[in-house]
Amino acid sequence: MELNLKLNLDASTLKADFPLLGREVNGKPIVYLDSAATSQKPQSVLDAMDDYYRSINANVHRGAYYIADLATTAMEETRSKVQRFIGAASPREIILTKNATEAINLVAHSWGREYLSEGDVIVTTIMEHHANIVPWHILCADRGTRLRWLNLNVNGNLKLDDLDETLDGARLVVLSAMSNVLGAIPPIRQIADAAHEKGAVVVLDGAQFVPHLPTDVAELGADFLAFSGHKMCGPTGIGVLWGREDLLEAMPPFLGGGEMILDVTTEGFLPNDLPWKFEAGTPPIAEAIGLGAAVDYLADIGMPAIREHDRKLTAYALRTLPGRFGDKLNIHGPADTSERGGVLSFTFGDIHAHDISQVLDGEAVCVRAGHHCAKPLMDTLGVTATARASVYLYNDESDIDALADALERVGDFFG
Amino acid sequence: MPALEDLYREIVLDHYRNPRNRGELPCPPAKRAKGFNPLCGDEVIVFVEVDEGGRISDVRIDGQGCSISQAAASMMSVSVKGKTLSEARELERAFKTMMVIEGGGSPSSPADLGDLAALQGVKKFPVRIKCATLCWNTLSEGLTTE
Ligand SMILES: Cc1ncc(COP(=O)(O)O)c(C=O)c1O
Repeated sequence: MELNLKLNLDASTLKADFPLLGREVNGKPIVYLDSAATSQKPQSVLDAMDDYYRSINANVHRGAYYIADLATTAMEETRSKVQRFIGAASPREIILTKNATEAINLVAHSWGREYLSEGDVIVTTIMEHHANIVPWHILCADRGTRLRWLNLNVNGNLKLDDLDETLDGARLVVLSAMSNVLGAIPPIRQIADAAHEKGAVVVLDGAQFVPHLPTDVAELGADFLAFSGHKMCGPTGIGVLWGREDLLEAMPPFLGGGEMILDVTTEGFLPNDLPWKFEAGTPPIAEAIGLGAAVDYLADIGMPAIREHDRKLTAYALRTLPGRFGDKLNIHGPADTSERGGVLSFTFGDIHAHDISQVLDGEAVCVRAGHHCAKPLMDTLGVTATARASVYLYNDESDIDALADALERVGDFFG
Repeated sequence: MPALEDLYREIVLDHYRNPRNRGELPCPPAKRAKGFNPLCGDEVIVFVEVDEGGRISDVRIDGQGCSISQAAASMMSVSVKGKTLSEARELERAFKTMMVIEGGGSPSSPADLGDLAALQGVKKFPVRIKCATLCWNTLSEGLTTE
């Protein structure tokens, strides 16, 4: 297809697709550099959700009437769109959840409790988001499993020298496909293959990866992949768990209720088929439809083009910002843009991240400040907080320049 | 949007750059309390010593965090040193009233607060209010722990 071959995108044209990016803050045009927290939404996503409520709002999989059919079809189309978007074998492998966090919790609760017991080893990494740490801590407290950690190398990516030893005896390997602090993209396939060799199952946290890079679950080589709609131009309240069908089939249900059953008696219940077995209760229908529109939007532009755009813009930032601020600015994570995404965490002199983001806000530049839900990583980096600027398809060099200009202002207050 | 100059007043920045009563006190006789703002990682440690007459004879501040949390702690240490416990509690109440997190009672005028009034601008930046009040909560914890 011609569309997928496009490797260039014009961010300044795309900006016009996002109503919010037309607003001002403090009398200045907004410079949105916090897409790692949540992305902005294009008009097509807003329209899709609005259309659902205005013209086909009905509960799904229940009513045998016209608009209920339309609503069900629209929601199920999202499943197929997501399936194609990530190269999954079947829509039965696409479980719609609330977000990436819930998707990971689903695996921990269902697969984890079914297959892991006292003393079993779960390997994770020091750069995980709390969403990919706490569910495993909970499982450890419950089942007596143990965590083993992969650390960082000097380049700000995972250190894999001792990968084989670390994986020894592991039953489960859980890792982020892209760090939300360092931007680091580890060699996922290598880790997944090594884990499989040891007989472990691999869970990928794709919350940052899937919105920014072409994703093919077969190529990644994982067994589960979790991600959120709201970081990929979709609405909040919808996320995805992809899992290998044979694994999902064998797992017990997660939440119980309507939708997830075939039959219920006074004695018990019979779980529904995949994927509904894991979708208890009325799903977030409008959000699912919004996610479908977001996937269409991204697929139309082409994920290779989005990746290339992110990479170029990251390279621009990594070149120009240190050029302007020298040693005062310390950007974490890999220097090589082929192993990182457009997430730039930085410290600026000894100025606290919150003071940085406060001054930037005065210049209408939106960045995140804090520990980014990655406290073990913060401890490893020896910082309590960083400021973080992150880019997406609608950002361009002018946004990076605006960040640099605003950083000058930070120096005015705290120089 | 309110002006940043309201938040980062000169006195506030001065306390941030040159924090007063920085350090530790031996415990006992002093008491130690640690306050934490999980949202932004601000950490304030208060050492407080109360003499037999019920007066705060010494205060020291340790910890790290944003300019507001650290400046507020420094300013607090100056304002409560030498005060009786009830005077210190009154200051806390007045400060929190200024920050609009504690209503009721007689509205205290910023004048009663001395330098602390310079933190008034913080209330225009709601997410930062916690940074400014963290030290007071920590002090209060230090004074009540056995
Ligand atoms: C790497 C990573 N994992 C997981 C999450 C959790 O995503 P959500 O809060 O949408 O569940 C995030 C988002 O902050 C993230 O960046």
